[in-house]
Amino acid sequence: MEKFHKVKSIVTPFDKVNVDTDQIVPKQFLKLIHKTGFGKYLFYNWRFNKNETPNPDFILNNPKYKDSKILVTRGNFGCGSSREHAIWALQDYGFSVIIAPSFADIFYSNCFKNGFLAIILDSETVDRLLQIQTEIEVDLKTQTIKTYTEAIPFQIDDYKKHNLLEGLDEIAMTLKYENKISEYEKKSTISSLL
Amino acid sequence: MPKTLFEKIWDSHVVAEEKNGPSLLYIDRHLVHEVTSPQAFEGLRLNKRKVRRPDLTIATEDHNVPTSDRSLPIVDQISSIQIKTLEKNCKDFGIQLFGIGSPNQGIVHVIGPQLGITLPGSTIVCGDSHTSTQGAFGALAFGIGTSEVEHVLATQTLWMEKLKPFEIKVEGKRKNPFAVTAKDIILSIIKRIGTAGGTGTVIEYRGQTISDLTIEQRMTICNMSIEAGARAGLIAPDEKTFDYLRGKKFTPKNFEDLVDDWQENLKTDPNAKFDKTFSLDAKEIAPQVSWGTNPAMVSDVTERVPFPEDFAKDDLNQKKAAEKALEYMGLKPGTPISDIYVDRVFIGSCTNARLEDLVEASKIVKGKKVSPKVRAMVVPGSQMVKKQAEEMGIDKIFKDANFEWRESGCSMCLGMNPDILGPGERCASTSNRNFEGRQGAGGRTHLVSPVMAAAVAIKGHFVDVREMDVS
Repeated sequence: MEKFHKVKSIVTPFDKVNVDTDQIVPKQFLKLIHKTGFGKYLFYNWRFNKNETPNPDFILNNPKYKDSKILVTRGNFGCGSSREHAIWALQDYGFSVIIAPSFADIFYSNCFKNGFLAIILDSETVDRLLQIQTEIEVDLKTQTIKTYTEAIPFQIDDYKKHNLLEGLDEIAMTLKYENKISEYEKKSTISSLL
Repeated sequence: MPKTLFEKIWDSHVVAEEKNGPSLLYIDRHLVHEVTSPQAFEGLRLNKRKVRRPDLTIATEDHNVPTSDRSLPIVDQISSIQIKTLEKNCKDFGIQLFGIGSPNQGIVHVIGPQLGITLPGSTIVCGDSHTSTQGAFGALAFGIGTSEVEHVLATQTLWMEKLKPFEIKVEGKRKNPFAVTAKDIILSIIKRIGTAGGTGTVIEYRGQTISDLTIEQRMTICNMSIEAGARAGLIAPDEKTFDYLRGKKFTPKNFEDLVDDWQENLKTDPNAKFDKTFSLDAKEIAPQVSWGTNPAMVSDVTERVPFPEDFAKDDLNQKKAAEKALEYMGLKPGTPISDIYVDRVFIGSCTNARLEDLVEASKIVKGKKVSPKVRAMVVPGSQMVKKQAEEMGIDKIFKDANFEWRESGCSMCLGMNPDILGPGERCASTSNRNFEGRQGAGGRTHLVSPVMAAAVAIKGHFVDVREMDVS
């Protein structure tokens, strides 16, 4: 996983509530067996017309937001299925930070497994960020979002922050607990399926 | 200190804890399917890692599989590759697979309980959000992403923040338990608490109404916990739970000893504290029909399609969402729900494709015919469900009425296989999600119970199923 430090870019204001993972990546693209190349399927049914031409009314098709790395949206983003393809698509498209008043649990957890920063802010702050036309800077180390007019602090737990800053392989880290896992297994009475 | 059922299961599975961070939780059962696992196995290979406990892991093929003739090859080449990839991965890593052609194949959340893989008090995960279904047995069962699938394969553990216990109490007798089903109970709950009402929690369903439900009905309730935003839902086990699991393929040999222990320990202590509580009176529940594009956009069948303005007083975003939903669904506010006609009926999915679901629906269908304007299909949840139903003659009731009787799989719940809605097609579906395009791009989904779906197939439109003739 790559290390995460700072991201500076303009914001893509994605003013929608309850965006589900079926909208983020429709099911027909879940048949692929690798993690790469999902960006072209991001928000597919909204982004493209029936004849597969870009829908000019959809915000991601506005050239102004072409290089944006920060998606700001409304509550309960990522509800629905557990598909991690949703994060692979957002990342492959070019986003590295997502900001919302709340996220669905599995989506939120999936973000951090991929070095993708999800930030929870109150609705009023999100309202302001949805209006910002200039670049903002997200600094994970200081847990601050800087705009031209204010510095907005954000919360993240130490464990997630550390893993993101260091770009840690979580499995390698867990394997350091081998003794504890083995100890647990000695006491466990769960029956075998073989 | 008194503990909730969830806390007891959680505490007994903690392997290690990070200071001010997550816990490392031991996983007793890992179920795997073809869609969310290929990248996890790829990760293991890249890092030269093995599956730590193949003996606690089971795989099946459900999302992608066609529900037509199983003796024919899969036409969709990309689906076929994904299925072959799972077969190779299971072979290479020593995992037991119930694939196409196995009498044990089926939707992962249907076969877990049917094979006795699901056990009370255990931790169960799968790369699929509807793993919550298995909480009906008093297990802590929840969906995970693909990175976590890889983590569990490699370590049999998972890092998790402790969730918060949420009590949902349903008391009172349903006025018509045939027509007001478990599906109507859970849709009523989601309508009231919203699709994010359970975020960050594990729901424990309690109360007389829940105790009175059968195990398969309890699975329908726990299944849709995720639609209320909860990571998991669970119900304390009782005699019905133990009876369901006796004599199954993987039921442990010392089952009766385990039952003694479960009876004593697997319940919420008196005075245990929940972070949140919600109560519902079952007498108030009518047959439910969803009208919008999320599972909280639901009405009683006797009501009308709502006006978006009705939501404005709560939240302007909700009003906008309702407007957009009605536009997508092609519905006019104020239309009686019972005046909505459908093109398709789907009885299937991990929510409602178990034997009882099919038996109950068949009572509406018996001796009648599907409306000539409707195409209706039944997709049993597993090969075992299909076989049991056929032994009871249930397939014949459906086929005589012109329903299609198909092979098992996830099918039109998410349309990853050829079973999809065409653009603009309207479907009464026993599945769990009515998101835009869920059952096919442009398709319009109305979530209902199996008896409602059966009644709609016959009448061609939604009806108050309490007033239908039942054989």
